[in-house]
Amino acid sequence: MKAAVLVFPGINRERDMARTLRLVSGKEPAMVWHAETALPAKTDLVVIPGGFSYGDYLRCGAIAARAPIMDAVQAHAAKGGLVLAVCNGFQIACEAGLLPGVLMRNARLKFICRDLYLRVEHSDSPFTRGYNAGQVVKVPAAHGEGNYTADTDTIVRLEQDGRVLFRYAAPDGTLDPDWNFNGSVNSIAGITNEKGNVLGMMPHPENHVEGAIGATDGRGLFAGLVDTLGKAA
Amino acid sequence: MKTASVRKDDDVLRNKPKITPQLVAEHGLKPEEYQRILDLIGREPTLTELGIFSAMWNEHCSYKSSKVHLRTLPTKGPWVIQGPGENAGVIDIGDGLACIFKMESHNHPSYIEPYQGAATGVGGILRDVFTMGARPIACLNALSFGDVTHAKTRHLVSGVVAGIGGYGNSFGVPTVGGSVRFHTRYDGNCLVNAMAVGLAKKDGIFYAAASGVGMPIVYLGSKTGRDGIHGASMASAEFDDKSEEKRPTVQVGDPFSEKLLLEACLEIMAKDCVIAIQDMGAAGLTCSAVEMGAKGDLGVTLDLDKVPTRETGMSAYEMMLSESQERMLMVLKPEKEKEAEAIFRKWGLDFAVVGETTPSKRFIVRHGGDVMADLPIKELGDQAPEYKRPFVTGAKPKPVEALAVEPPASITEALEELIATPDLCSKRWVWEKYDHIILGNTVQRPGGDAAVVRVEDGPKGLALTTDVTPRYCEADPFEGGKQAVAECWRNLTAVGARPLAITDNLNFGNPERPEIMGQFVGCVRGIAEACKALDFPVVSGNVSLYNETNGRAILPTPSIGGVGVLDDFTKSATLAFKNEGDVILLIGETQGWLGQSLYLRDICGREEGAPPPVDLIEEKENGDFVRGRILDGSANAAHDVSDGGLLIALAEMAMASGIGATLEAAPDDIPAHAFWFGEDQARYIITVPAAQVDTVIARARNAGILAQPLGTTGSEVLAIAGEQPLSVVGLREDFEGWLPAYMAGETPPSN
Repeated sequence: MKAAVLVFPGINRERDMARTLRLVSGKEPAMVWHAETALPAKTDLVVIPGGFSYGDYLRCGAIAARAPIMDAVQAHAAKGGLVLAVCNGFQIACEAGLLPGVLMRNARLKFICRDLYLRVEHSDSPFTRGYNAGQVVKVPAAHGEGNYTADTDTIVRLEQDGRVLFRYAAPDGTLDPDWNFNGSVNSIAGITNEKGNVLGMMPHPENHVEGAIGATDGRGLFAGLVDTLGKAA
Repeated sequence: MKTASVRKDDDVLRNKPKITPQLVAEHGLKPEEYQRILDLIGREPTLTELGIFSAMWNEHCSYKSSKVHLRTLPTKGPWVIQGPGENAGVIDIGDGLACIFKMESHNHPSYIEPYQGAATGVGGILRDVFTMGARPIACLNALSFGDVTHAKTRHLVSGVVAGIGGYGNSFGVPTVGGSVRFHTRYDGNCLVNAMAVGLAKKDGIFYAAASGVGMPIVYLGSKTGRDGIHGASMASAEFDDKSEEKRPTVQVGDPFSEKLLLEACLEIMAKDCVIAIQDMGAAGLTCSAVEMGAKGDLGVTLDLDKVPTRETGMSAYEMMLSESQERMLMVLKPEKEKEAEAIFRKWGLDFAVVGETTPSKRFIVRHGGDVMADLPIKELGDQAPEYKRPFVTGAKPKPVEALAVEPPASITEALEELIATPDLCSKRWVWEKYDHIILGNTVQRPGGDAAVVRVEDGPKGLALTTDVTPRYCEADPFEGGKQAVAECWRNLTAVGARPLAITDNLNFGNPERPEIMGQFVGCVRGIAEACKALDFPVVSGNVSLYNETNGRAILPTPSIGGVGVLDDFTKSATLAFKNEGDVILLIGETQGWLGQSLYLRDICGREEGAPPPVDLIEEKENGDFVRGRILDGSANAAHDVSDGGLLIALAEMAMASGIGATLEAAPDDIPAHAFWFGEDQARYIITVPAAQVDTVIARARNAGILAQPLGTTGSEVLAIAGEQPLSVVGLREDFEGWLPAYMAGETPPSN
């Protein structure tokens, strides 16, 4: 695996992401500054980490989506390269058109940081092959604008094509409005693009990879990526 | 060009108005202080000079009422690298690493404009820490609000919490702990005390003192605007009914710029470009430039034409007093100037050489070719006025006899009532608004005795907490000061950490009133006594006075922020019961002290009596014993006993785990409500596996420490012999429910 973590001004979970990639893959990822115009040679995974790019003073992710490096990310995705976009990264990916839909303010209009439960919808994806379909994983979220929505046609297509990989759920895996803490349509926590090579998700699997710091449920996602890319390489 | 010259002339003219007694008073300077200025410079000051004096000599910046007492605090220890006097305190935590931390108030602005006031409080304290070369790893806070029935309380809680979260979350530092209290004495003055903790290499710490003549002074960060002018002066006066009009003196925070400033500063520090660095906080450019010069025994000349400004037409007076945020002043190594500039440009930040160090020990400010100020720098800085204000010590209140306090209908009903009071209920609603897990090192999250964060990749960990019990300080400032330090030490101990040092944030009313000064002096003496006894030095701090409105002062509130170290963070203890069938041991002596207890206040409606006395020798012995049991693995849960007493502590341990307990009845010689709700100090609860109980009790006996079995863990209820059992789930609903309901406007406020 040869990962590249994008760094926009105001991004602040790039160090968390880099440490997790290092822990799980054993390899140091490249940190790529937003003003670059090319990804490091042979990059096979682009990670857009969380934070507050450009302060999120405009619509979240709107400015970063137009940064110089994003053309290279678009080209990488168009060729089928993997892109993992977490939290602000998900917002950036939506703004860049890599993923459909938009992330609005949380249903109760407050920033919330807490552990929550995600139901893995299927494991037939490089991002979820480390999990079993229907498995419930506990990972934290920390955001104020993670309320996913899109027009009805888009939602229908996402559902029909199995592009919803994660949903907010109760600890037993049932869907329950009380556990859909940010109010996302169909409890959607993470989706892929049509080709399935770009994942956007609001929660932070990278913060749950060590038993001594919370839990290890986030590890499966990264282990799946290492597995996929290790085989391809 | 024409308008520029008009402006310049205008500035010069405006700089030379007649200095009237009214103008002096508007600058918060007393007539005798103005006389001191005249004596010092031998002429009438210009307007800019008057502004500079008012900025440097106000209470907030000069500590003129408090300095003489602060000197009595113990500040040394083999692990102290830097005590008070710099931007923040620095302690050695081993492995070549230093922990840099400080707590600071942003009370006055937060009351006037809660979101921005609290946000810029967080921004300011973060800058204090990274100015010294540290990457911030955690934030904490201590918040005091007015009574829950007061019309402004919800608005202030909501705004302050959003402001702290809005800044810290965006900057990217976990807010891992803190405290929230409500009391009617904060109705007119809320307290927002923010603490930041950073990590640096021991040999990579940066200081404010300039060195070398002719060195370039560089302005970094955001541009200067007209915001926050006179902010420090506002914080040095009491409020009245017109305080709302002071909103324009509150600055606006920009966490995005601060994050860029952090990364840029750490990058140029790593490249060895920096001789001295000072953040622009209270009194902005004035305070930072004067401190750098005064501390380095050098003069400073500033050329304001070079200062990046956000708006046109700013006068020298405005630029010198602006408190625009996210700005830094540095003395750079001349040969590294280009390299440093490139780094700042990369991060999109302003970079301008605005002056130089001189051998003259004068502080000279030029604007448009004219000298707007020319003042002696030492007298401005480290030789500001100092007062020995008169003080009176109030009579010590008498202890409250437990038998004279009405018992509840039932102990469990009283527990249910207390657990859902504003001060004892869960503060989850608050800390879930803060990102407390970013950076991936948060071992113990908010809600326990102390937060624990891993240091880099471990195994070392730091324990962090903020504490004070203002009602104790009000009743007896000396005992209250002792107790604040002791409780902080106890909370660090309860997670298994070795307490190292504190930062103190002393919030009081108007020091010109002898009874308020008496509270201040008493609390400082208590803090000093406890710090000495517990070997727990003060390495940084902040004083906030004049917290009063229309003559009504806050409760004396000396917030104590503590730092402790764990050699192995995986050994830290949490308060949650771990297994069914463990034995619950109470460490320390219980007399049933109800004076100033929450039972007396919130159940009986009486705020009276002497607070529980703190025996510092017992604190040390009991704490060392508990820490020993956590580290040798015999205690699998630990919790300090504080607000609300024993039964509240037990309930918190049960709620944190979902495991209940079966408890013996109170001993015959103490009334049951005094036993369960008394707030005797120096106590902990630990749980021990049954097989190890005898050994632990024997060890305690040998050490002369009281270890009393209270019962065993298990089931899903809290069951006290002779009382109706209480469901832990139900208790948790009450505990978690109060604050969200209150903030949603749903509950009629209690009392």
